Amino acid sequence: MVTATAQAASDQTQVELQRRMLRQMLLIRRFEEKAAEAYALGKIGGFCHLYIGQEAVAVGSLAALRVDDYVIGSYREHGQALARGVSANAVMAELFGKATGCSKGKGGSMHLFDVERRFMGGHGIVGGHVPLAAGIGFAIKYRAGDQVCLCYFGEAAVNIGVFHETLNMASVYKLPVVFCCENNRYGMGTAFERVAAVTDVVEHACSYDMAAELVNGMDVLAVHAATERAVARARHGRHPTLLEVRTYRYMGHSMSDPLHGVYRTKDEVEEQKQRDPISHLALKLKEDGVLDDAGLDAVDAEVRAAVEAAVKFAEASPDPDPSELATHVLAD
Amino acid sequence: MPTLTYRDALNQALREEMQRDAGVFLMGEEVGVYQGAYKVSRGLLEEFGPMRVVDTPIAELGFAGIGVGAAMAGLRPVIEFMTWNFAVLALDQIVNSAAKVLYESGGQIPVPIVFRGPNGAALQLAAQHSQSWEAWLSHIPGLKVVAPATPADAKGLLKSAIRDNNPVIVLEGEMLYNTKGDVPEGEHLVPIGKADTKRAGRDVTLICHSKTVAVALKAAEQLAEQEGVSADVLDLRSLRPLDEAAILASVATTNRAVVVEEGWPHCGIGAQVVDVIQREAFDQLDAPVLRVTQADVPMPYNKQLERLAKPSPEKVVAAARRVLYLD
Repeated sequence: MVTATAQAASDQTQVELQRRMLRQMLLIRRFEEKAAEAYALGKIGGFCHLYIGQEAVAVGSLAALRVDDYVIGSYREHGQALARGVSANAVMAELFGKATGCSKGKGGSMHLFDVERRFMGGHGIVGGHVPLAAGIGFAIKYRAGDQVCLCYFGEAAVNIGVFHETLNMASVYKLPVVFCCENNRYGMGTAFERVAAVTDVVEHACSYDMAAELVNGMDVLAVHAATERAVARARHGRHPTLLEVRTYRYMGHSMSDPLHGVYRTKDEVEEQKQRDPISHLALKLKEDGVLDDAGLDAVDAEVRAAVEAAVKFAEASPDPDPSELATHVLAD
Repeated sequence: MPTLTYRDALNQALREEMQRDAGVFLMGEEVGVYQGAYKVSRGLLEEFGPMRVVDTPIAELGFAGIGVGAAMAGLRPVIEFMTWNFAVLALDQIVNSAAKVLYESGGQIPVPIVFRGPNGAALQLAAQHSQSWEAWLSHIPGLKVVAPATPADAKGLLKSAIRDNNPVIVLEGEMLYNTKGDVPEGEHLVPIGKADTKRAGRDVTLICHSKTVAVALKAAEQLAEQEGVSADVLDLRSLRPLDEAAILASVATTNRAVVVEEGWPHCGIGAQVVDVIQREAFDQLDAPVLRVTQADVPMPYNKQLERLAKPSPEKVVAAARRVLYLD
């Protein structure tokens, strides 16, 4: 029976997608744990903002994109780069400041770029990249393309003026952009409700006549489904969408911050960890009978090995040549 | 050769480049339906349509960022600011995005974008609308900065700016838009980074750009008539990169220099020019280099006070007399 076969194939595709998502989330988790270690050892410098706890956002949303779509993010973008397919080697080498890094060692943790994967950067000024996403969307529309641009930013960026300027123009010009607000509840150490008159970010979409959706960011499948809807609106109707994805970061704002600090309690962090996106998906796959403990261990071992190899690669890679100091200031 | 206003020369450059390259578009406040706050974009909406001549809300930071994003995706945006005073709101995008993306991406993503609009004082527009931003903008690696003084240079530099693969700042002037001059038809490109001798002389070099070129030329006339002094008027045209060779070549002949600019004195363009001269031509100098700038105050509204604040031919003549030890 054709329909039964099609259904089985579709189920199989779903299972494969979910297994892929589990692997990606685990890869990000293990990568970030290793980055924290390397930072503590002084092998990574500067600012380093980890993604632990937020894995489902990047993984779920990026699974809804095509390879020719565009992605842009803030400075908490290691996970997005990895989920977009930038190799762990190239990302780790960039964090180490090495010539083999995805930005040749000149960008670092906050400025990961991979133009081949249309990963248009990590950007370091809160909210500063949000209009860049609209500009990329403008270019897509200008060329009558059917790509979309997916833009990640934290909830703290919503208090920045250019966020509002951009949402207005994206709506006026009907740009194919998905604005994905990763609401992890704290801008550095400031709880969003202490500095935002409107704490449901989705409500801002009303001001700009924009579609919006509130998403559970600890559920990778929910993130994926919501992003698919937003991408379809952008791709087929050139309507932007504001997604508010409620997530949580387990670590401090950056590596120089304590894990929970004085702005949130240890209990709160522990409570949030009960919603862990990786455990959540692993449990589902087990309940569905498509993964067992041994299978999970095997995936974990495989990504740990990949991360270990990435560290070795980064350590063995050369620093940029001194002549690189003055290259890429201007294009030819 | 046709005579055009500076405004129409810019218009011609935009039209020709938009005809030549489908990736070139113009975006800014009032550029479309209104035909441009200063009519630089007159007729372009009709010819190229609303996708390529894009009216924006009053949101300089936002539309500057949209321009940078479009450039990152391969288009060639021309972003018009109604004046550079308003562009200060967009500095984050100019400095932190346009000037940085190529470098921080390890050379992967060029940002071919033009930011243009009038700079410096017009008449009685008071403190917030009468400022010269070239020193701020020229400070930033990753940007190019040009400031044409004549219609021909306006056309040639804007065309070069649009074809450049980097962010280029084009500083125009409200008081320049109506000035007239001969403008070559068609393919007229002025290279970025090349100064131009607007009047040849041998006794003193007057180094200037944008509106101060007219000031320096008038001063040179007065010096010739009143003192028999032959002034070399060097129009920098580009402020970044700076044509150091042209500055040094002129000073090697005259041994004396005055730098004239509309900006404030502290950390101004003239300070940079003087640094080049003292470093590379110290032994050729017969007098300390002097500077004529805007007074170190916010621009006053009152007409007499405003005149006092601005560089003038008289101030340039006085400075030239001092470096020539005529006083």
